Amino acid sequence: MSGISRRRFLAASVAGCAATTLAGPKKALAAGSFSGYPDGMGVLVDLTRCIGCRSCEAACNKEQNLPAPQKPFDDKSVFDETFHGGKQKRRPDENAYTVVNRYDAESASKPVYRKVQCNHCSEPACLSSCFVNAYTKTPEGAVVYNSKVCVGCRNCMVACPFNIPGYSYSSAFDPVVKKCIFCHETRLKNGLPPACVEICPQEALTFGKRKELIKIGHQRIQTHPGRYVDHLYGEKELGGTHWMYLSSVPFEEVGFDPNPGNEPIINNVKDFLSTVPMVLAIWPAMFTGFHLLAKKQEGHGDHEHDVEEHHDEEGGAR
Amino acid sequence: MSAKQILITLMTALTFVMAVTLAQAFDDVPDQVSIDLMAKYFDSVEFDHEMHTELGEDCSACHHHTAGTGTVDDRCVRCHADSGEAATVSCRDCHVVDPFSAEHINRKAADVYQFHIDTPGLKAAYHWNCIGCHEEMDGPTGCQDCHARTPEGDAFYHKDAQASASAEGGH
Repeated sequence: MSGISRRRFLAASVAGCAATTLAGPKKALAAGSFSGYPDGMGVLVDLTRCIGCRSCEAACNKEQNLPAPQKPFDDKSVFDETFHGGKQKRRPDENAYTVVNRYDAESASKPVYRKVQCNHCSEPACLSSCFVNAYTKTPEGAVVYNSKVCVGCRNCMVACPFNIPGYSYSSAFDPVVKKCIFCHETRLKNGLPPACVEICPQEALTFGKRKELIKIGHQRIQTHPGRYVDHLYGEKELGGTHWMYLSSVPFEEVGFDPNPGNEPIINNVKDFLSTVPMVLAIWPAMFTGFHLLAKKQEGHGDHEHDVEEHHDEEGGAR
Repeated sequence: MSAKQILITLMTALTFVMAVTLAQAFDDVPDQVSIDLMAKYFDSVEFDHEMHTELGEDCSACHHHTAGTGTVDDRCVRCHADSGEAATVSCRDCHVVDPFSAEHINRKAADVYQFHIDTPGLKAAYHWNCIGCHEEMDGPTGCQDCHARTPEGDAFYHKDAQASASAEGGH
């Protein structure tokens, strides 16, 4: 009798596991597929227009009340700064939410400048990774964070595919993550462009609705044959970013990850995470089953117990 | 010879009319243009329009199709080959001062028949024209070659910031 019930139990648990596996992807679909806020704003960065004047860095510094820089903002020697054995160019940090870097790209006759800041992903990895929910993707398109709830765990720094969030290492008692917030508080939510866009003398930064910028980006590629690589970086990458890029040289030559994939980072774990509730539902039942079986086994095993005792006696006699 | 006299009279009249028209046209052309778009951080730029009109091949080099001298840009010729002189020729009549204001962005979005969806603002239009040509003709291209900075500008760029770390960086 107990053999049949065990078989039935095993069959049921196999069916349960199969149901979990099958239901997983469906759940994931229902949970995800966020295609971004329809009227979210963005910035189209045109690397062919940037002249490396660093005015955007100065504007950001002023707007965000950041500490004074080590060198004046019109000092071009910062373009020669490298870190980690010459491999790493300047990166945004707690004192600068944006930096401009110069690249002497192989396929360009003159230097190419690239501004680096948060790309304000449609589905931000930093937000997904934050367990205190410090991050918010606003309908205006900005990825902002609440430093009051930030516990400084730096998960977002690991999660960000663009290595953007900086950390206030200098603060001994309340270190928090720091990054570009699209000037959300002071400008974006009031319908104003971010400070860097406003100061740019070359309109290397075009501010507008993300969906319009995509049209403009493709139009530029089409109406200027030979000027651009036929790719609008950020339109699809990692689920789409609100800052997008046009370049005259292949993107890997100016420090971009050429193929980060088009899936948002959260999709790497969404399938797994969707099984967690199923595990929570099934495991109690499954282990209760195991437990009951084990109990029955105990009752069943009286005979074996006797034998063991018998052996022990034999051993003891020896 | 009455026919000859008529011809001479006509020619004279025509020349006179042309001279008057030309004089009127060039009356509108400024010798100097004062550009004070970035007046907060930089002194205004006194653009020597007269000198640049002598340098340029024709007005379209800067004024696209609006000056009535035709256009040579392949992208513009399709529609603007016979556009003639536009009612307004100055940069700021087409290139707006605040291209990223909510008002301008919404106006652009509402105008579904607008072909020029990517017209640069005034500041970019100036810089593209100036720097683009200056690079070709070895004109000045550095920021402060054209723009004298105000004290507020010096503060904005942190002119007095001291480099405490070496160029190698200290991370």
